[in-house]
Order: sequence, then C-alpha cells, then structure tokens
Amino acid sequence: MSNSTNIAEFTGREYQYGFVTDLETDIVPRGLSEDVITLISTKKQEPEWLLEWRLRAYRHWCTLREPRWQNVTYEPIDYQDIIYYAAPKQKTSIASLDEVDPEVLAMFDKLGISLAEQERLSGVAVDAIVDSVSVATTFKERLADVGVIFCSFSEAVREHPELVRKYLGSVVPFRDNFFATLNSAVFTDGSFCYIPKGVHCPMELSTYFRINAADTGQFERTLIVAEDGASVSYLEGCTAPMRDENQLHAAVVELVALDNAQIKYSTVQNWYPGDAAGKGGIYNFVTKRGKCAGINSKISWTQVETGSAITWKYPGVVLQGDNSVGEFYSVAVSANHQQADTGTKMIHIGKNTRSTIVSKAISTGHGQNTYRGLVKILRSAEGARNHTQCDSLLIGTECGAHTFPYVEVKNSSAEVEHEASTSKVNEDQLFYCRQRGISEEEATSMIVNGFCREVFKELPMEFAIEAQRLLNVSLEGSVG
Amino acid sequence: MLEIEDLHASVGDTEILRGLDLTVNPGEVHAIMGPNGSGKSTLAHVLAGRGNFDVTGQVHYDGHDLLVMSPEERAIAGVFLAFQHPIEIPGVGSLYFLRTALNSIRRGHSLDEVGPVEFLKLIEDKMALVEMDQSFMSRSVNEGFSGGEVKRNEILQMAVLEPSLAILDETDSGLDIDALRVVASGVNALRNEKRAMLVITHHQRLLDYIVPDRVHVLAAGRIVRVGGKELAISLEEHGYVDLGETARPDQPATIGTAT
Repeated sequence: MSNSTNIAEFTGREYQYGFVTDLETDIVPRGLSEDVITLISTKKQEPEWLLEWRLRAYRHWCTLREPRWQNVTYEPIDYQDIIYYAAPKQKTSIASLDEVDPEVLAMFDKLGISLAEQERLSGVAVDAIVDSVSVATTFKERLADVGVIFCSFSEAVREHPELVRKYLGSVVPFRDNFFATLNSAVFTDGSFCYIPKGVHCPMELSTYFRINAADTGQFERTLIVAEDGASVSYLEGCTAPMRDENQLHAAVVELVALDNAQIKYSTVQNWYPGDAAGKGGIYNFVTKRGKCAGINSKISWTQVETGSAITWKYPGVVLQGDNSVGEFYSVAVSANHQQADTGTKMIHIGKNTRSTIVSKAISTGHGQNTYRGLVKILRSAEGARNHTQCDSLLIGTECGAHTFPYVEVKNSSAEVEHEASTSKVNEDQLFYCRQRGISEEEATSMIVNGFCREVFKELPMEFAIEAQRLLNVSLEGSVG
Repeated sequence: MLEIEDLHASVGDTEILRGLDLTVNPGEVHAIMGPNGSGKSTLAHVLAGRGNFDVTGQVHYDGHDLLVMSPEERAIAGVFLAFQHPIEIPGVGSLYFLRTALNSIRRGHSLDEVGPVEFLKLIEDKMALVEMDQSFMSRSVNEGFSGGEVKRNEILQMAVLEPSLAILDETDSGLDIDALRVVASGVNALRNEKRAMLVITHHQRLLDYIVPDRVHVLAAGRIVRVGGKELAISLEEHGYVDLGETARPDQPATIGTAT
C-alpha cells in the first residue's frame, strides 16, 4: 500500500459521497406522535409486543429533556420536523441482486461497495441499508449452513421473534437516555446477528449504512448475540450524501456475549462532516454498548471516526461475567468545524475483569475533540484492571483537544492506570521527512498515520487501508 | 557542483554565518571543522533548506539556485543531510519510510516507483553495508534506536537514496570506535567520482577513516583556514585557539569537545 498514491488520489477532492440518488420513496408524515409510531409499526407488520414496547419508549421520551452536558454546540433540533420513516419503494421482496433497483446498485457503485463486487471479490457479507430498509442481503446461505443468522432487523422480528424479544433492550433499555429512548420508539431497521453456540463466524460481517432521503432521521438498531463459545467480527461503515440541513442519526447498537464468546465490532465512520465553513453535516448521537454477560467473554470496540459534524458516542462494555475483557480502540478526527465528544464506558462488575482503552484524537482546522471516558469498578469486581491511554495530536493553532476521564473505584483490589499526552505535529519530524524528498502533505499524513497505528492494527486489513485513506482525506489542506 | 558565495544566515538578531564562501567539485570530500558555535550545523541546515533562518547570499548547486528551493526539491535534486540528531517518528515503519522517500525522489525524476518486493531486495544489500540488523525493517523510524543505530540508519538512507551531495553533520558524535569504523566504511563505499561530500566534524578522528580532499576551518561564521588532511592533524594538536585574527574577539573560539 502506498500513502503517496492515496494523497494524490484525494487531493482537492470534495466530499466524495455527496450525491443524491433519485429513488421513489415511501414516507410517513413529518413529525412524531403515537399515530406515527403505530403507522411505522403497521407498515412493518410488527407483532403487538413490539408496538407496545415502542409506545412505552415514546411515552417515556415525552418526559425527557435533551441532554446538554456534552462539550459540543449545535442548533436545537426540531423533532417534529423530522420524517421518521422512509423506505425505497419496491414491488416485491428480492430473491437475488438482479432484482435490486438499478439506481440502488448504481449508488453502491459510486460508494465503491458494489454488492456484486463485494460478493465476488471480498467474501464479505454485506447487509446494505438504504434509508431504513434492507435492500439486499448476501452470503446468507453460507452463513445459514453454520447456523449464523445475519439479516435485517425487520426480518429478524418476523423470522426470529423469540430471539429479538429476549435480547432487545437487554443491554440498552428503552429508558437509557434521550436518544436511545427516541430510537426505541421510532427505529425502522438495522441489522441482526446471532452466532450459535461454539460457532466461529466464517467471515467478517459488514453493514453499510446510508442516509439518502432529505430530512430523514436515521434510527437504526443493531443487535448482535454471540452464544457460548461463539465469535464474530463485525464491521459497520457509513457514508451520507452532502446536504445543507443537518441530519440526525440516533442509532442504538447492543452486543451480548455469553460464556467464552467474543465479539469484535469495528466502525469506520465518514459521514458528511459539513463544509469548510461548518455548514451542514450529520449529527451522530449514537448509543453503543456491549454486555460481557458470560465468564471469559470479550467485547472489543474499534472505531475510526473521521466524519459527522458532531460525533457524540461512548461505546461501552458492561463486564458482568468473571474474567471478561472489554476493549476500546478509537481514532477520532475533527477537521474544519467538526466537533467530537467521544470515549467509552467500562463498567466492571465481575471478578478479574479487564479493560483496555486506547484513544487517539486528532484535531485540525477549528476542530474540537473531547475524550470522555468512565471507568467504573463496582464493589463486586475483585481484582479488576483497567489501562487507559489517551493521546491527542494537534495540527495548527485554532483547534482543541480536551480530556475528561472519570474513574470510580469501589473495590480496593482494583488497578486503574491512566496515561495521557498531547502533542503537535513536530517541525523536526516534518523537516526530517522533507529532507528525504517527502512532500509536506505526505509527511503529515505519514506522521498522523503513525500516531494512529496502535488503533489501525486492530482493524481487519482491508478496513485498515480504508481507514488510512479516510484519514488522509480528512486531513487534506491541514498543512501550509 | 556546489558554489557558496557570501552566505549569511541569522536567527532573529543573531548572525551565525557571516559571509561564507566554499566550492566543492564532484567526487571531492571536504571536511568542515570548527569549534562549538562556529556555524557548522547551521551551514548543514541552511543547505538542506531548514526554514528557521534568514539567509542571504548565493548557493549554486548543479545549475540550481538552491536557496529558492523547498527541502523536498533539494532532496530530489540530490542533496542529502545525515542528521546529527535524527528524529523519531513513532508508528511509521523504517522500511515504509525509506521506500516512500526513495519513490518521492524517483517521481521527481519521472522514474517508475519501486515496489515493495523489489525494494526489499535493494535494502538487504544496503543494510549489509552498514551492518544493520534485520529487526530494523519492522521498527519505527529511529524509535528506540541506540546512538550507533541512528547514525547507521542515516548512512543506510544515504546508500538507498544515492544523493549527489551528501552532508554529514557530526556523524561521528556519540559513536564508539567500532560503530565509527562501520559508519566510515559505509561512507567510503559510497564515495565515487560523481558524489561530493561535506563532512562536518569536531574531531580529526573521523578523518582518519574518511580521508578528505580538503579541510576547512570554520570560525565565527566564516571559513578561516583551508588545507589538506594535515590541517586536521594540526588542529587536533593545537586546538582551535590559534585561529588568527579572523576569529571574532567577542566570541572566543573554544577547544572542541564532543557534543
């Protein structure tokens, strides 16, 4: 792989995914009410218990106020001005890729994730979501052979209601927080993944989310369950078209790992960050949480956040099972006027539970980057360990990096370590590279990529390369 | 090949180079010696294009007006600086760094880039030249390198990039005698009739191994003595105190010590 070609390739390029596909869209009226929720539920032919769950969430949400403690600023969101459901119209359900709306396929081509190509070349099963409805699911049969269920959330509700009912809200209850509660009331689709006992999922599972219709809030719901001794690696990648209005994305991701199970969840997020003046862009307010319910289980979050106008998320792990392990590896970039308030929560409940946090924050332009992390060791967590490392890199003089580590320890046998550093891209390093013939821009990219290496090495290979490219795109013009 | 005329360089109000003249022809090795603070490293950095100096005067190099060029343009034109204090770049693999540098320079000459496999072959030969350990390949640039390793890495980079003008800034500092021998033999292997070298040093010791064609003594920002190898030996015996009237009285020259 060559960073130099990446730079040349991306130099001077606008947000690459800023196009709108003209799909015929089926939408519900603007705004939120019990009627709208009932309509969504009816359109999706959901069982009564799920509608009831949504309505309870909605009623609870009506009593909540939008939180304001985070270190970001944005215009108030008018929740009655959002369209909560938009599905591309399709005549019938799809048996193969050939039947997928050609416009949809063309859009994926533009995104560089042609399903046909993915299917043929990469062996990655992609559950592609265009505005709330899953349009094509591949590799299903191969997964079915080993008993893995990987499908859209709607399909899971229809085909595996007992599993959905058992685990939905078991990690992020509908009362959890303002945005999770909103999501519980109005979520339209998402991914569902179930790995049965002792099965190692034979391929990386991957979902590309895409926000397409104007003014459509996207409320995805992802649920991944790994039974005893099962393991899975899951990648979520995101892009959104360029628009002037800010768009709200309030997703919920729940992971459940039972005894000896392992879940690795990787996110490469490059949603539209707004233009150089700070106009437009996605608000990414997401609740992600994993529960290490069983002994010796492990949940690992890896995130590369280069997009969104505002990123506000704390993928966390509840370490309930004894000897369970939680990991969080993060690269967050704030360029131009982007704001990121992100970090993790590690809640130690079981004995000898361990957690590792590695956060790399890069700020450039007017970007503001905040690491906010909570390490909580409960009384029961005998012998718990945490190691936290927070590094910030500043490029330029207008940007900022902030760190808010919270540590609560109730058990004296716990060991908690916190390391933090803030540095600037160093003139000496730049000169050293340039003296060797490497351009200033490429040198910066190289130094920043080096800074992120600890996190990138946690990503599956092909996504690590994608992450590097995204990073280079985000840093364009930060030098000189 | 390299013609320096009336070169002045200052940082703020402090003038460090005060009208330096120097001519180096292809294939020649010139040693620049001088006491601390005489401007030796400044000369190296000014030639390499470091931005934090105010510079006046003329530097012609291979038909280029060197002073108007960016550091990377100078590198592409064949100027190489072996740093006195090479910097660490955490997380950036040494092999990757060096291949990127080589390909940047090759692109500058409209040559095809060298692929990873081809590069691996190339570097193995060059590594043998400076007795560099295989583990070098997987390590980050200069990170956790010993004093000897960073200097050998500089010479290794020089061997790979094949510059036409190599400036070695205090390459002997911090080296024990064995490491010095390795580094010097690496440098000697790279001597040829086209490549010019500017060897900056405090000590005559290095010049036992890298025998210069000319020795220049720099004091207070000017060349005050020029001679052959024997000049270095006389300096070793008498120190820099006896540099004549050309040394500035307000900045007394001191006896050279390793830094």
